[in-house]
Amino acid sequence: MTTTESFYDTPSPAGLTGIRAWLLTHDHKRLGLMYMWAILFWFVIAMLCGLLLRTELMSQGRTIMGPELYNSLFTLHGVIMVFLFVIPAVPAIFGNFFLPIQLGTDDVFFPRLNLFSWYLFMFGGLLALISLFSGEGFPDTGWTFYVPFSVEVNTNVSLTVMAAFILGMSSMLTGLNFITTFHRMRDKKMGLMQIPLFTWSLYATAWVQILATPVISITLVLVVVERLFSVGLFDPDKGGDPILYQHLFWMYSHPAVYIMILPGMGVISEIIPVFSRKSIFGYKAIVWSSMGIAVAGSLVWAHHMYTSGMSDVSVFFFSLLTFLVAIPSAVKVFSWIATMYKGSIEMTPPLLLALIFIYLFSIGGLTGLVLGAVGPDIHVHDTHFVVAHFHFVMFGGTGFAFFAALHFWWPKMFGIMYDFKKAYIGSVLTAIGFLFHYVPMLILGMQGMPRRYYDYLPKYETGNFLAGFGAYLLCIGILIMFVNLLMSFRQRVPASSNPWGGTTLEWTVPSPPPVHNFVEKPQIMEFPYDFSEIAAQVKGNKR
Amino acid sequence: MEPQENNHILSYTKLALILGVLLVLTGITVAVSYLDLGFFNVPLALAIACTKVTFVLLFFMHLKYEGPIINLSFVGTISFLFIMIGFTFWDVAFR
Amino acid sequence: MNRPIDKTGIKIGMWLFLYSEIILFGGLFVLYAVYFYTYPEFFAEGGRELDRKIGAVNTVVLLISSFTVAASITAIQRKAKKQAVGFLIFSILCGVIFLVNKYFEWSAKFHHDIYPNSETLVSGEPGLNIFFGLYYVITGLHGLHVIAGMTLLSISLVLVLAGRINESKYSMLENSGLYWHLVDLIWIFVFPLFYLVL
Repeated sequence: MTTTESFYDTPSPAGLTGIRAWLLTHDHKRLGLMYMWAILFWFVIAMLCGLLLRTELMSQGRTIMGPELYNSLFTLHGVIMVFLFVIPAVPAIFGNFFLPIQLGTDDVFFPRLNLFSWYLFMFGGLLALISLFSGEGFPDTGWTFYVPFSVEVNTNVSLTVMAAFILGMSSMLTGLNFITTFHRMRDKKMGLMQIPLFTWSLYATAWVQILATPVISITLVLVVVERLFSVGLFDPDKGGDPILYQHLFWMYSHPAVYIMILPGMGVISEIIPVFSRKSIFGYKAIVWSSMGIAVAGSLVWAHHMYTSGMSDVSVFFFSLLTFLVAIPSAVKVFSWIATMYKGSIEMTPPLLLALIFIYLFSIGGLTGLVLGAVGPDIHVHDTHFVVAHFHFVMFGGTGFAFFAALHFWWPKMFGIMYDFKKAYIGSVLTAIGFLFHYVPMLILGMQGMPRRYYDYLPKYETGNFLAGFGAYLLCIGILIMFVNLLMSFRQRVPASSNPWGGTTLEWTVPSPPPVHNFVEKPQIMEFPYDFSEIAAQVKGNKR
Repeated sequence: MEPQENNHILSYTKLALILGVLLVLTGITVAVSYLDLGFFNVPLALAIACTKVTFVLLFFMHLKYEGPIINLSFVGTISFLFIMIGFTFWDVAFR
Repeated sequence: MNRPIDKTGIKIGMWLFLYSEIILFGGLFVLYAVYFYTYPEFFAEGGRELDRKIGAVNTVVLLISSFTVAASITAIQRKAKKQAVGFLIFSILCGVIFLVNKYFEWSAKFHHDIYPNSETLVSGEPGLNIFFGLYYVITGLHGLHVIAGMTLLSISLVLVLAGRINESKYSMLENSGLYWHLVDLIWIFVFPLFYLVL
């Protein structure tokens, strides 16, 4: 190991000390870490909200809260999870930290803009917090803010919507930064087909962030305008059309689903080859499927609206297009599995989490096909089936990809290794809790239990109890996982610069990396996933 | 990557010429609005607007002299805009 | 970081931002397209109530200002600082004229009890209400962009005067210019769509 000063010891810009070295930093690595602590905070808050919701539902009737609080709480859970955790989680933390390193450069293109996005992110979060404790209380509209309810209700919708607006802007500027960095700061010797897949996935995501986010911005602005001036653009009494709100909303929010999942897929594409000691199968296919998902994902928004009263022609077309998105997603899943085939697999916590991702994400994707088909969708629309489906994708997918990334890059970010055994226990418990939590919800949905109600018919009690039990298991699992990671700060088992045997550029630099990332000029490999050298090294645990 | 820094300087005369074209087109579109062409009113107005926009983009905004990244991504953005409007009409036009 | 300034990169960043602005207005144009399809005759009626002379004047003002902004970049590239300053001041003045015109136009409409949620609009035809609703939202948002553009141009002006923008380093001016042209672009569509659909 070379002894270079890590970025923790070298502030950027130079000369800043103490807390200012963090709050005014231009260093993409510090910003990634600052995002991490903020996002983890929000994740825990939203998770606790979810736990309260499931506790309420564990037995019939009023258990710990009434309907109003329940409505506010699921809105809060949704808003925080979507805008403050799932969307920023992978790009803002790991993207900021690793995109420049994987491209062989020392920072993003607009470092100050990067800092500004972090402040926007914090400000948006702050606004969300303020809207909780001021005025008429947190909105009870659900995270979708559907009109006409969101325009007429007295709760703090305007403030919350502004928070979402600002968070959207932060995410958009991050995307802008990534695209520019990708094109202009890449190592001169690195061709397009030599770029690591995680970076490719972030690039595809960034395009969606730039092109889709403004749609939600304008939609949210319109909600505020309606509340202030009652223009009536969505009010049928005044000639407006409420379904248009849904079109505009989903024009962003469906692509946003791919903002959430694409970086997660990128993480998995990094982890699988490393622990299979085998080149990724179908590199180009994965690159193209990332771009394909970004494009196709922007064409299918109205499949959230089959029962809204839009035309049958529209239902037909959007259903057809929805099935198209399944193709690039499946290309990725098959490529990951083909990568492992005949590989020399070494089990580690990141790989286990990646495998759980593939399993849960596939279930999420397949239930998505059920919902994409019009017939079954009309049957299960707005039931717990939908809730379970998108949690399989958002949590089973992005959530687990986030955990996997955390375990994969932890030694690189902090230069220390965590305990494997506890990590395994935490991951397995989380996965089991997850299945206990969401499989009953799939069944409940098929039986017809609607979403967003604090009470239900007696026949749903068993399923809801099981789901609640699963929720607790899930939270305990996550708790173990996080505590184990945090404990590594105390034990301080040093990690080498390449503990896993990775081939992408971030594994060629010291852990944690120095402030300019590279000690010497990065060597760009012909192909980023060439494991011949790693495989030739003596097999042994390099922990 | 594309060659280093394209410092293309547009002369005043060329810019003024473009402005002239734009002003003439504005005149035409206003003049035409006094005629009733029935169905063609809107398509014509939009066609003129698109022509004007093309001139502004190509010359005032230098799009003609930019590299492939900006050109391609611009086309992509416009396509997305068309999809936004067009796909919505599957709903609205057939309701 | 001692790498040379990458002007192309800065420009790419600006264009990406412009795309987001285009889509931002795009959302409103989706609404316009749908409602125009739903209420064509009321849109024509509403259009007749707008003053197409003011609209045309504003179009010309913005076009000329776009020209002067483009010319100021040429001037900077040719090291003609004085010309550049003159062009920029003129452009900002054009922005002011545009806003003043807009102010008179809006206040005349307010005077006739045509504004969001006004008695006339609420009790009148829904199609007209939507037309004027969109008119106020789109021109209002566009007006905000004019103000933002003027702010950017003013900052550039100050930097030109201070010599911080010069023939070798003018990305800030170029980007402000791009933003200003975008404001112009949007107006080129707004003008026929509201004033000339008869």
